[in-house]
Amino acid sequence: MTRSVIELPVHADDRRIARLAALAIGLTLAEAALPSPVPGVKPGLANIVILLVLLQYGWRAAAWVSGLRVLAGGLLLGSLFAPGFWLSAAGALVSLSVLALARYLPSRHFGPVSLSVLAAFGHIGGQLALVGIWLLPAAALIKLLPVFATAALVFGTVNGLIVMRMLATSTPEPDMSPDILAGTRKG
Amino acid sequence: MTTLRAGDLGVLLTSGSFVVALTIWAWGGDRGDTVVIRAAGQVVETASLAQARTFAVAGPLGTTHIEIEPGRARIARDPSPRQLCVKQGWLTQSGQAALCLPNQVSLEIRGRTKAYDTLGY
Repeated sequence: MTRSVIELPVHADDRRIARLAALAIGLTLAEAALPSPVPGVKPGLANIVILLVLLQYGWRAAAWVSGLRVLAGGLLLGSLFAPGFWLSAAGALVSLSVLALARYLPSRHFGPVSLSVLAAFGHIGGQLALVGIWLLPAAALIKLLPVFATAALVFGTVNGLIVMRMLATSTPEPDMSPDILAGTRKG
Repeated sequence: MTTLRAGDLGVLLTSGSFVVALTIWAWGGDRGDTVVIRAAGQVVETASLAQARTFAVAGPLGTTHIEIEPGRARIARDPSPRQLCVKQGWLTQSGQAALCLPNQVSLEIRGRTKAYDTLGY
């Protein structure tokens, strides 16, 4: 009888992404416990982690952390494949797409606050687009748009300021491999 | 790294004015929620402005086609010679009305507050 062994080599990058994703998932869970006056208005604390990953390890790593957060967050909150999960996924997708473009903004003039605000608008934009197409008639959404936009602006700014403070006091982990570093925007 | 840069302030200002403009657009004025369709002065249909629908209303010249989309409504086609009510386009605000006088059909948007008690044509 032969025993087949499947080996899955784990790189330092994988471990780091797993660690950062765990951090983002933890923040997602903590945030889910906070009461919110309007469904969908949340601080988006996990975006702090996504933004830090983007600035320190590049967009690919940020996309991994974001995807794992949405998936595992849905699993842990019991909303996997429920509407809330898809809204979360749509928000993360649009937010990542916005960041994919926004990271090319010259870093001399545009810091983490810009990225955070743009990502926050991307997040709520993606969610509302899916809600409008899928769940609610668009007319009912129009009245709520200012609430969501204000929340995105406020929380995006606050998260960006937090990222700015954290980058000022921390240095990237030294175990970076070249392929992850490629295309990285250094904080 | 520890201070806001010029671009950041630009992004914040742009986003801020975007939010203000969005608020004025969404909350300013009285966006209607009901459509009242009249033919020859009689109300023939009262419909919600939440769902997309189309109506065909008969008049002395022919059929007027009315189109409702979420949040707005218009006269899509009308046999009137000057097409004034069709050219008005989409109506969104409470109190707005499109009148196809030759065909005696009118489309009016109603909201929470009525702009006028009554309109005489």
